[in-house]
Order: sequence, then structure tokens, then C-alpha cells
Amino acid sequence: MSTEPAVRQPPAPSGPMPPAARRKKTMGRRLAEHDATKKAAPWVATIGLFVVWEMICRGFSVPEYILPTPSASFVAVWQYRDAIWLHAAQTLYTTVAGFIIAVVFGVLLGALVGSSKTIYDALNPMLIGFNSVPKVAVVPILVMWFGIGTVPAILTAFLISFFPIVVNVATGLATLEPELRDVLRSLGATRMDILVKVGFPRAQPFFFASLKIAITLAFVGSVLSETVASNKGIGYLMMSASSKFNMPLVFAGLMVIAVMGIVMYEIFNRIEMRATKWATRG
Amino acid sequence: MSHAFIELDRVRLRYREGDDLALEQTTMSIREGEFVAVVGPSGCGKSSLMKLVTGLMPPTEGNVIVAGQEVTDPISIVGMAFQASTLLPWRTTLDNIMLPLEIVQPHRSRLRKHKAEYIEKARTLLAEVGLSGCEDKFPWELSGGMQQRANLCRALIHEPRLLMLDEPFGALDAFTREELWDALQSLWMEHKFTVILVTHDLREAAYLADTIYVMSKRPGRILVRRENELARPRTQDTSFTPPFVDLVHELRDEIRSVRAS
Repeated sequence: MSTEPAVRQPPAPSGPMPPAARRKKTMGRRLAEHDATKKAAPWVATIGLFVVWEMICRGFSVPEYILPTPSASFVAVWQYRDAIWLHAAQTLYTTVAGFIIAVVFGVLLGALVGSSKTIYDALNPMLIGFNSVPKVAVVPILVMWFGIGTVPAILTAFLISFFPIVVNVATGLATLEPELRDVLRSLGATRMDILVKVGFPRAQPFFFASLKIAITLAFVGSVLSETVASNKGIGYLMMSASSKFNMPLVFAGLMVIAVMGIVMYEIFNRIEMRATKWATRG
Repeated sequence: MSHAFIELDRVRLRYREGDDLALEQTTMSIREGEFVAVVGPSGCGKSSLMKLVTGLMPPTEGNVIVAGQEVTDPISIVGMAFQASTLLPWRTTLDNIMLPLEIVQPHRSRLRKHKAEYIEKARTLLAEVGLSGCEDKFPWELSGGMQQRANLCRALIHEPRLLMLDEPFGALDAFTREELWDALQSLWMEHKFTVILVTHDLREAAYLADTIYVMSKRPGRILVRRENELARPRTQDTSFTPPFVDLVHELRDEIRSVRAS
């Protein structure tokens, strides 16, 4: 805000610090401490989970083929790192590909549904019905059409993740204030004008919020398809490991999916915060 | 009355087939440059009147003529402002005010080449309502009164011949509201556009308008047309003079009898 020359704080008085400033300083320190705690909290909680899990397994001597210890799972991650790397790359590829298709399709359909009440009424039951179908039931159909492997995984990831994008984009567009619409219409704005100038920017927070949900759902879709019909990907790796009673490797696969999910979620979280600063008024 | 700028001739309005009438037998005639206030009990169809005159809604019966032409579609010589300021939170104040220029012709096609000239115009307008220095602030960094000032600027940037205001100051505190009356009055005296102000604040109507229309309960009908001869510019002091107070009393009695009926 460079154009604001006006109110500046007066220069700090020399000599002993006035009580107000001192209080401010301790408060600042407390805030900083609070900040550090906040940053550490997720790490503490996650490590805590692993510690408890490890203790339960050891304390009750749970056999490895029922529930492996986290340490055994970490060892498996390292031991099978080449295979895991290969399959994780495949899963990430199918997930992101399906997700990208979902974004493009979801935005287009969301724009259509959100800008017309008639289209909304027409498509709504179909969308809800489609979303209610368990996607695992769709995989056999996709396999019949496209064979096993990459394509059904991409499509399952797409099918499972486009719905929240459609709903959110449509909601963002449909909740435009009627007064604002009147103002714009009276200026001679076309539907397209209203969509571009107001609709899309307004729908942005809704859109970015849906991306976080969609990317995690996309992982569900791709891994699901891989477990049923693929010879590549983390899903396949886990299936084949479980058929060999290699439970540490199964859990290693789970952890890798979880980590990929967290990383992707965080990426979109950051993008969201950046793109829609105005909506959170930080 | 052939020189009227806005002419409503026995207009009736029904929102939907089978609904009750929202407006009945409404006849108005407004000169160019006139400041008109429409007052009435809530739900009397004041907002319907706005939609009719701006062409957002066609009359069920009768004619609406603005600037010599029958209104059938939204007319672009109008600027509008509502109680909710509806400034866009992702745009700075300056960019918000420039919005109409991106839509309305001929500015739309000229905007890119003459950007500097238009920005200068927007800054001047902001300065007129006392918002210099707020150009790069976002709407949520402005107070409610400042937002409404910016809202007025947005309604006026494309130099509309007609300004439609639907209870623009309804959500403000009393002090801020009276400041904005002065701001609006001086804009109007400077630029000489026609104003239709819909309000339920009788003092506001008496302070600002040349002509005050009192409307009945739904279905809305115009009951009284009252000229307001008080000298311009009206000030806070004017509002304590006997003629002003009498006018407000008179309007209040009208409204009371409407509500009782």
C-alpha cells in the first residue's frame, strides 16, 4: 500500500520502555511461542501415533502378518524402495492425470450448471445419482472398454473427483447477489460479461476449496482401480504384497499413499491461500 | 408534459401470472435533472418501480418512457446503487469504480487506449466524495460509509443521465447517513443528473428531493405528489428550520394514514 503516506507510528521514545510497549513485547514473545507450538503440533501428533502403535504391537506381541510395527513398515519402505518408487510414480501419474481431467470437466460443467437454473434442475438428479454409484462398480466396465492398467485408473480418479468441483463452482456462480446482477444488467452486461467479471472471480474460493477435496479423492480412485485391475501402481503393489503375506510392505504402501496425499493437499492449500487472499482477509 | 424525461403512464406490474399486482395505475412524470424521492411503507413496490424504470422488468400494462424512448430492455443511461454496496472484494476501490467502464459502451471499446484518462476521471470522482487516498484499498478495508461513497462513484462513473438509488443509506448510522446526504447533494448539484431515490426515511426525502411521491401499501399506487421548494444547498441547519420540520410532519401523517388504512 505505497499510496498511503499518512498515518505512521511516531518514533519510539528513548529511555525506559513504557509499560504498554513492554506488554506488547511479552505478548509478541508469547505469540511466537504459540506459533512454534502450532508448527510442531502435527509432527508431535504423527510421531506420537507411531510410538503408540509400536508400543501396542510390541506390548501385546501382535504377529507381523496381522499388524506390522511402524518400524517394520519403514524398513519395508527402504528395502523395497526401487519397486515402491516405480509404483508410486505410476499412481501419482494416474491420479494427477485423472485430477486434471476432473478440473477441466468440473469447471465447464459447473459453469453450465451454475449459470442457469434450468440446466441445474435438469442435471441435478443425474449428478447426484452418478455420485452415489460406488466407483468400484464402475471399474469392471472401464476394464471391458479400455483393458486393465493405466486408462481405467485415470478414469476412475477422474470420475470420483470431478463431482465436488462441479458442485462448488456451480454454488459459487449461483450465489451471486441479485443486486449486483441488476447493476450489471442495467449497464448492458451480457451473460458472458457477468460470468467473466464477477462469476468466476467470486467462485474462486469455492473452486480452490474443492481442489483440495478432489485431489485426495483422486488418490482413492486411482488406487482403487489399481487394486482391482492393474499390474502397476501402489494399489497393485499392496494387493500382490498381501497375497504373499508381506504385511510390512502393504503398510509401506499405505504410508506412501498417505504421504503423497498430504503433499498434494498441502500444495493446493498453498495455492488456495495465495489465490484467494481477499476471501480470507488475512 | 411532453418535455418529461421519464414518463410512466398508467403502469401496472405483476411479477408472475396469477400473482397480486405489485404496482397499480402508476403515473409519474419526471423532468431531466429532477431529484425525486419515493417514500412509502415497506413492501409497497418501491423497488418494483426501480426495475420498471431501468427496464429490468417490463410493465404488465401501460408504458414506461425514458429519454423519449419506450423502455423494453435494460437501459444503459442509468447508474444504480443499493443498500448493500456490492463492491467486489477482489478488486481495489479504484478498480471497482472502473467496472462499469469495462461493460458499458462506448467506454468499453475506448478503455484500453485511454486508460490513463479514465483512471484520472475515477480519481477525480473519488476525490469529490472525499475518498482520495483510498484508491488502492480493498472494499473490506473501508468503513460502511466509505463503501457507500465508493458505491455512488461506481454508479456515476459512466456519466449516466439517470441515477437510481434503492435505500442506499439504509444500513448506515445516523451521522454517516447525514454526511452522505451532503455528498450526494453536492454530486447532484455538480453533475446535474436525474435521481430517483427510493427510501423509507422521510427526513432523507425532505433533505434531498425536489419532488416527493408517497406510495400506498401493496399494490403500490402513488397517493401524493409533493413539491419541495426548500433552497439549495440544504444543510444540517436546514433540517431544523420550521418549513423542513413541517414537511416531514406532513409526510409522516400521509404515511401513517396509509399504514392505518
